[in-house]
Amino acid sequence: MKYIDEFRDPGIAHRLAIAIAAEVDPFREYRFMEFCGGHTHAIFRYGVQHLMPPNLHFIHGPGCPVCVLPIRRVDHAIALATQHDITLCTYGDLMRVPASGHRSLLKAKAEGADIRMVYSTQDVLRIARDNSTRQVVFFAIGFETTTPPTAVAIQVARAERLKNFSVFCNHVLTPAALRAILATAGSDGVQLDGILGPSHVSTLIGSRSYGFVSKEYGLPVVIAGFEPLDVMQSVLMLVRQINACRCEVENQYRRSVTEDGNLKAQALMAEVFSVRHQFEWRGLGFLPHSALALADDYVDLDAEQRFPVALGEAREIKGCECPAILRGVKQPTDCTLFGTVCVPDNPMGACMVSSEGACAAYWSYGRFREPSRHGSIS
Amino acid sequence: MASDRRFPVRLDLQHGTVDMSHGAGGRAMAQLIAEVFQRHLNNDLLAQCNDQALFMPPAGRLVISTDGHVISPLFFPGGDIGCLSVHGTLNDVAMAGARPLYLAAGFILEEGFPLSDLVRIVESMARAANDAGVPVVTGDTKVVERGKGDGVFITTTGIGVVPDGILISGERARPGDAILISGSIGDHGVAILSKRENLGFGTEIQSDTTALHDLVAAMITVVPDIHCLRDPTRGGLATTLNELAHQSGVGMQIREDAIPVCTDVAAACELLGLDPLYVANEGKLVAICPAEFAEALLQTMRHHPQGKASAIIGEVVEDALHFVQMETSFGGSRIVDWLAGEQLPRIC
Repeated sequence: MKYIDEFRDPGIAHRLAIAIAAEVDPFREYRFMEFCGGHTHAIFRYGVQHLMPPNLHFIHGPGCPVCVLPIRRVDHAIALATQHDITLCTYGDLMRVPASGHRSLLKAKAEGADIRMVYSTQDVLRIARDNSTRQVVFFAIGFETTTPPTAVAIQVARAERLKNFSVFCNHVLTPAALRAILATAGSDGVQLDGILGPSHVSTLIGSRSYGFVSKEYGLPVVIAGFEPLDVMQSVLMLVRQINACRCEVENQYRRSVTEDGNLKAQALMAEVFSVRHQFEWRGLGFLPHSALALADDYVDLDAEQRFPVALGEAREIKGCECPAILRGVKQPTDCTLFGTVCVPDNPMGACMVSSEGACAAYWSYGRFREPSRHGSIS
Repeated sequence: MASDRRFPVRLDLQHGTVDMSHGAGGRAMAQLIAEVFQRHLNNDLLAQCNDQALFMPPAGRLVISTDGHVISPLFFPGGDIGCLSVHGTLNDVAMAGARPLYLAAGFILEEGFPLSDLVRIVESMARAANDAGVPVVTGDTKVVERGKGDGVFITTTGIGVVPDGILISGERARPGDAILISGSIGDHGVAILSKRENLGFGTEIQSDTTALHDLVAAMITVVPDIHCLRDPTRGGLATTLNELAHQSGVGMQIREDAIPVCTDVAAACELLGLDPLYVANEGKLVAICPAEFAEALLQTMRHHPQGKASAIIGEVVEDALHFVQMETSFGGSRIVDWLAGEQLPRIC
């Protein structure tokens, strides 16, 4: 398949693997955090880890939108769907995310709540148009990548005067989460030597957004595409920066990412959303200026305002290590629930739900490698 | 069709709809059966007009299989629920190496369902049964209130006879055996998804729904000692291999490069964040046989219209954990796990 196969060429992969193996210093460790779940998924799905030298480690970051959503927000979504006579529309991954008391949207749906899985915000608009007497709420989640489509839907709803459309907004901001990880790195055990920067998010926000990582935290960043060769080339670029004692933001994903990012999408987001004072992240706690809410001009489309809910106390699953795994402090295999009671068919934590979650990736693609995770290049 | 004195007014098959009386056991139901089901599915056993079909059992071991069909949409590129309900059950019977003999069909219709659609479905069933040479010899019709069904559900049951000397079963895979697939994977699931989500791809991907018993008959003639056969339907190739590995207490090692996937299907899967290994098929089979017969079996499959794109995709290995592992085209390796939940698209 053109424009796909080129980025998965085994011959180039082999040459990159040899180059990485030749250039790493055998007397030190290289610990790279891939921020995005998309990278985690690619690393496992294509067996990239298998092609790395044994002293090069991937630390899985929090960039999985489903995983970082705190239980309280899933509880809130379930409350919207069960305490009001509405249709709640959501992306597929969210359906199985565990909420307090072993509940989930999937279970609420089975009990009679009108919850529908959608593939795009356009589906939500269509449902709202087709059911004009019924309130339709979109459960919006995701990093900067999925935010512009929500903004467009909000503007379309406003233009069409769709009175029955509203948004339960949970869009979050990547730089805030990265800053939170780096602020605690080292002190509670996460040792990092470099960052594989987000790909699609960076298309939106631009490579300039990561300047603080090298300036304030002294870590090299390479913005990496999601294809396996992108990941390998980015690893080589990080290794070279470290070996040359450089600390810069480099852009491997040049075919999509610019320094400034997508200015039109940024303007759209600034028009429709405002930055929240703070927002809770799973594993990272309450982070200042880390999420978006509907801007004042669009507050009439805010489902949180339109449909008040009564919420109980949010309760994490006992023993679930998702919070520590999201910070990179623990590996999925450090969790006693992993692979025992927590498996993809019966997830206890969000990291086991999404294919971008570290636990699901470990379980689905990599568990045969335990306990010796790293292969060698032959 | 000769006029039937019981029904002075013919059913309006163009504009009419199913109503509750069509499942009530009275004259209306008799008319639906006569003018739709018997008319199209016509055969001697069905014409007995009894609540059961009477036939002489053939010599040999019999197999029976049943399958419920609830697909949405009812009509899709490459097929519809009618032919699918015939192929699905025929294939389940054939995966024992059996020659299918007869089918039974149970219809659950929703009040208000257009009779014109029902006729299309039954015509399609009749065509599929006729092409396969396996008649639908008995059936049942029920009607549920509007909103309590989704148009039509069809359950079919098939019975077949296994030739002497053939023993095909999911627990017979042995280390060293070769694993074969009869063609490209993922066509059916992507065809359905493309219609269900109105994705509007530039090219129309067709379902691969088809009956495989003739292919199986050719295969067992050449290689009677096939160990396992299974059609990778829901959950796709990945789930079928895991089922067989677990059932046989073995591991499997497959090569991504060797697995046939059509370009259109691969592209659609890229777009939707799906893995073709987990996407449903309705006209493919997985065969496991001793390595020394693999090439002969492959050539037989490739010479059959239903197996032109057949390939050897890997081998059975010893593995106490019963993992299916894959050498990726990229040069790495990974587990190919069971499907968990539904296959969900990426959201970022």
